[in-house]
Amino acid sequence: MDNIAGQKSGLGIVTHLAVLLLVILWIVPTVGLLVTSFRDQDAISQSGWWRALQGAPQPFILSIPTDGAEEAAGEYRLAVNLFETDAIASVPASVVEAGRVAAFGTSRLRGADTDPGETAETRDGTLITITRDGEVTAVSPEPFDGPLSLPVELMAPPQLTLENYAEVLTDRNAEERAAALERGQSLDSMLFSDEALFGPFVNTLTVSIPATIIPIVIAAFAAYALAWMEFPGRGLLIAIVVGLLVVPLQLAFVPLTIIHSWIGIGKSFLGIWLAHTGFGLPLAIYLLRNYMVGLPRDIIENAKVDGATDFEIFVRIVLPLSFPALASFAIFQFLWTWNDLLVASVFLPSDAESTVMTRFVVTNLLGSRGGEWHILAAAAFVMIALPLIVFFTMQRYLVRGLLAGSVK
Amino acid sequence: MSVVITGIVTIIVGVGGMFAYFWLSNLLLDRVLFPASGDDIGKNIRRADAVRPWLFLAPAILALGLYLVVPVFYSAWLSFTSGIAARNGVFANYAAIFQNGTFRTALLNNLLWVLVVPAASTFFGLLAAQLTDRLSWGNIAKSLIFMPMAISFVGASLIWRFVYDPNMNVGVVNAIRGLFGAESGVTLIDGQIVDSFLLMVVLIWIQTGFAMVILSAALRGVPDETVEAAIVDGANPFQIFFKIKVPQIMPTILVVWTTITILVLKVYDIVAAMGNQYRNLEILPTQMMQYFDSGNYGFATAISVVIMVLVLPVMIWNIRQARAELR
Repeated sequence: MDNIAGQKSGLGIVTHLAVLLLVILWIVPTVGLLVTSFRDQDAISQSGWWRALQGAPQPFILSIPTDGAEEAAGEYRLAVNLFETDAIASVPASVVEAGRVAAFGTSRLRGADTDPGETAETRDGTLITITRDGEVTAVSPEPFDGPLSLPVELMAPPQLTLENYAEVLTDRNAEERAAALERGQSLDSMLFSDEALFGPFVNTLTVSIPATIIPIVIAAFAAYALAWMEFPGRGLLIAIVVGLLVVPLQLAFVPLTIIHSWIGIGKSFLGIWLAHTGFGLPLAIYLLRNYMVGLPRDIIENAKVDGATDFEIFVRIVLPLSFPALASFAIFQFLWTWNDLLVASVFLPSDAESTVMTRFVVTNLLGSRGGEWHILAAAAFVMIALPLIVFFTMQRYLVRGLLAGSVK
Repeated sequence: MSVVITGIVTIIVGVGGMFAYFWLSNLLLDRVLFPASGDDIGKNIRRADAVRPWLFLAPAILALGLYLVVPVFYSAWLSFTSGIAARNGVFANYAAIFQNGTFRTALLNNLLWVLVVPAASTFFGLLAAQLTDRLSWGNIAKSLIFMPMAISFVGASLIWRFVYDPNMNVGVVNAIRGLFGAESGVTLIDGQIVDSFLLMVVLIWIQTGFAMVILSAALRGVPDETVEAAIVDGANPFQIFFKIKVPQIMPTILVVWTTITILVLKVYDIVAAMGNQYRNLEILPTQMMQYFDSGNYGFATAISVVIMVLVLPVMIWNIRQARAELR
């Protein structure tokens, strides 16, 4: 048995590492885009998001005063800290505060080509070293004739900003927003302008909430009948529901487009609510029936003996007891309707007033602004923020629903 | 804003209306049609109880019938009669799409998706489920691997377009190539047939969490005695996993596999958001939507019927499983 125990601890470390690798692999893509959504537009293409917290090097030409140079053994020696001299007068305060040298050089032409801590020689033979912390050491055979003018790259601290979100929600960057406000345009009209993401956000919410609630009510009644009432054809109905679970939605598009325009619904919010209701019902009935069938028989039969009608039993007993299953389905249906692109492109009109976010991203942003990552990243997280919140707060119910659907 | 108000009104009317319907129809049944009083009291109660299930089921049957059952048959009928089938015979739509090269590419790609994505998702899901099983921080790890489930396909496509970006300062894949000495970034998705695999990665990334959650529950259900017996017999951890655990959870593995297969057949968003301009990356749903958008209902319904035929075996298997459980 010693062997087995030994193997186990050896495998234990491997397991930890393997899981860590898997988790990193799985979250890196999302984290990358999340970090990017908070970065400055220019910084995104200049340095990778994995360097966002390091800050980015920014080039300056600094004039380091040489007044403090001392003569010793036939040499002139200058030792000062860059950040304590007047050289940094033109450098932004945030960069000075970070206080780190990324690179320096001796010639404006070649730029900052020497790493901090190493020594570079100027044309007239001065040896210059600048450390990471800004300690300058210059040794020259001749007296210094004025300040040393050197190209230096200083680390700018990471710039995290919410500007990308403001831009994507209003379709205007900071300057354009200020100008528009000056002209007397209201923030409201910017949020609801055709190319802004705020309108589609509201539309997505408008689609998904009724499309989540209505099927639950319809399905709950049907599930109760299929679970607790005896009638001929019950088995067949359950089989049909199970079969309908996997029907590809594509089959319904052409017929429903024809039917909707024939009865006058056309392409509208009412149309998509009805469609989502129909498409969500099989899963709703299936999940709820599976759950209700497992409720204790005694409670329901006792209530019947006491003279309760089926309607009363359903509303007073079964519905409250089925809360976990109702919550599971509500989460599924909400995630599905919020995240849907396909049903929205079929049942909603293509005008700006009724576009949902997924469609807005695919047709408006990916088409014309496919390379503008500051816009795309912010749009992505406006789109997935709410589902992620729902996911992390209600995960318990989501898992329970998944298990009810597939493990016996 | 008016649409928000319509939404709120719809919720109130929809939910209130449903409860009013159920309450009133039950009342009508018990008080007016078959009152539990008078001479026929026993007979009336029996009659009311025979009708009541159908009152509970009526809205669901109506919605399912109108939105799923009728469309299946209507689509099938349209695919044989509309468009060029009206002139050239019932199979004209099918003959035309099967002669189209892009359709054949789409069909081939779809089959590739169906082979690769469920297999890979189930494999990674099983791996993650087994590895996180006894870990102290296993639940956090699972939560993070499961997270992509909440992200829309469009959002996931954006996330992966970012990973695949040609700029070495943007895309992680090209940055890693840079670490190994590459001088400049390459465009990863440019319409080669093999680029489909890069798109499949997105769906595998999403579905692994689903597979993991279900398989992890199944693994917990494996009786400890069988594992202990194997340890006593001197089995190593790999043998325990492959010869003891996996055979016992095989039915669940099949359920996971088929569920993901169904999803793969219907997926549209990822290709639309990542490779829509490339013919080589088309799948059946994107083809179908192109014909749908251009109003060619004959071809559109024919393709949807082809998708249905591909789903049919799983559907029959599902129904048989469900019926076996009912007995």
